[in-house]
Amino acid sequence: MTKQAANWSPYDNNGGSCVAIAGIDYCVIAADTRMSTGYSILTREYSKICKLADKSLMASSGFQADVKALQKLLAARHLIYQHQHNKQMSCPAMAQLLSNTLYYKRFFPYYSFNVLGGLDTEGKGCVYTYDAVGSYERVGYGCQGSGSTLIMPFLDNQLKSPSPLLLPAQDAVTPLSEAEAVDLVKTCFASATERDIYTGDKLEIVVLNADGIRREYMELRRD
Amino acid sequence: MFRNQYDTDVTTWSPAGRLFQVEYAMEAVKQGSAAIGLRSKTHVVLGCVNKANSELTSHQKKIFKVDDHIGVAIAGLTADGRVLSRYMRSECINYGFTYESPLPVGRLVVQLADKAQVCTQRSWKRPYGVGLLVGGLDESGAHLYYNCPSGNYFEYQAFAIGSRSQAAKTYLERRFNSFMDSSRDDLIKDALLAIRETLQGETLKSSICTVAVVGAGEAFHVLDNETVQKLIDAFEIAGGEEAPAAAPDAAAEEGGAADQGAAADQGAAAADQGAATEEGVAPMDI
Repeated sequence: MTKQAANWSPYDNNGGSCVAIAGIDYCVIAADTRMSTGYSILTREYSKICKLADKSLMASSGFQADVKALQKLLAARHLIYQHQHNKQMSCPAMAQLLSNTLYYKRFFPYYSFNVLGGLDTEGKGCVYTYDAVGSYERVGYGCQGSGSTLIMPFLDNQLKSPSPLLLPAQDAVTPLSEAEAVDLVKTCFASATERDIYTGDKLEIVVLNADGIRREYMELRRD
Repeated sequence: MFRNQYDTDVTTWSPAGRLFQVEYAMEAVKQGSAAIGLRSKTHVVLGCVNKANSELTSHQKKIFKVDDHIGVAIAGLTADGRVLSRYMRSECINYGFTYESPLPVGRLVVQLADKAQVCTQRSWKRPYGVGLLVGGLDESGAHLYYNCPSGNYFEYQAFAIGSRSQAAKTYLERRFNSFMDSSRDDLIKDALLAIRETLQGETLKSSICTVAVVGAGEAFHVLDNETVQKLIDAFEIAGGEEAPAAAPDAAAEEGGAADQGAAADQGAAAADQGAATEEGVAPMDI
């Protein structure tokens, strides 16, 4: 008897790309707003960025139904945390919670590729990058999604600090100013949009710093 | 209310058709320090007296935020109140998760009442010894409910529970007709005046009371000491006549630190003091 293959999949990929860059006292989180399925576009105006806490934002690409479920779960967990601790969750705490939540479904994963960005307890920018089952690491910049293979090498070229094997250990933040980082993100997406069919329409950029949260948009190619 | 042979278990009826254990639980509410609530068309104000056991300790938390649109003030066994608040918070979070909308207050109090009723019909449980004033806003407007240990719940325009609450109730009874159309600040002023009534001559200071507000466009939050003191000063100086100028909204800040030691509420013996219940009138009938 030949092995049977599934005649349906519980997952779908809605495409899109996400990027986050950590600065000395800010964090930039960006994602395109296109949601697709197969070769079709479902909508040109879907936000992949979610505010989990005062100082943590998550951008996720992959299967948006799973992303939505994950966001709701984390929001509920954050409410419980606030009731119990009388304060907001810090970004490092949220990072760990996200990792645990993803691993909880190790054997039926959330098809969600996440980048968590925010300010750590000292007010410095922090970015955490994840795989679908919760393996995570704090980095200075990260990207996920269909355009990540195009964006990541470019970010490495622009931002990569010298090898981590060199001492003293390098801080995981970029020396760029906030305006420069936002500009860099716009360049990344403009390039990715050219060659990745799932990335485009509009770019949503969220900047988190000591003054609060700021949102801006940039038009991208719609083809 | 005297000790008798029908009061050992909650599952034992007395010949007069009373469940004494439930009534004793309601006595525990009367022994707790006062909590009051009042509501208008658009706002609900909850207040309570915070008396610390000794100078060394901080006072117990008696007002809890349950959700952005619901808060609760308790009187009686504060530990029971804390546990029930946790249950209420959990229910609100679950409802919000499933329906992406806030849990209607009326539904929450029914769930709470049913939970309390279970404890009046199991031989291995005891009734919750805490009365809850649940204040909240939903699509149908502002509501104030009182949940008691018996599993009953009632909706009120204004109410007070706990020790010396009768003084506050008398004040509220005189004024309640005006509450529905009161402004937010007038409602808070009335709450503070009601709290003052329970203090029987002692000066009202922000350090011995807590006030919380929820309203249309205003999430439930406890007013911080500074704001409360300004309001107290505004009407005590004026002799309690003028409405104070609109006080700046304080950011959400919990008014008190966590509990320390046993509640004074628990210490009082059941049989002495407190409002004596007439023989033959079951308090649950009120």
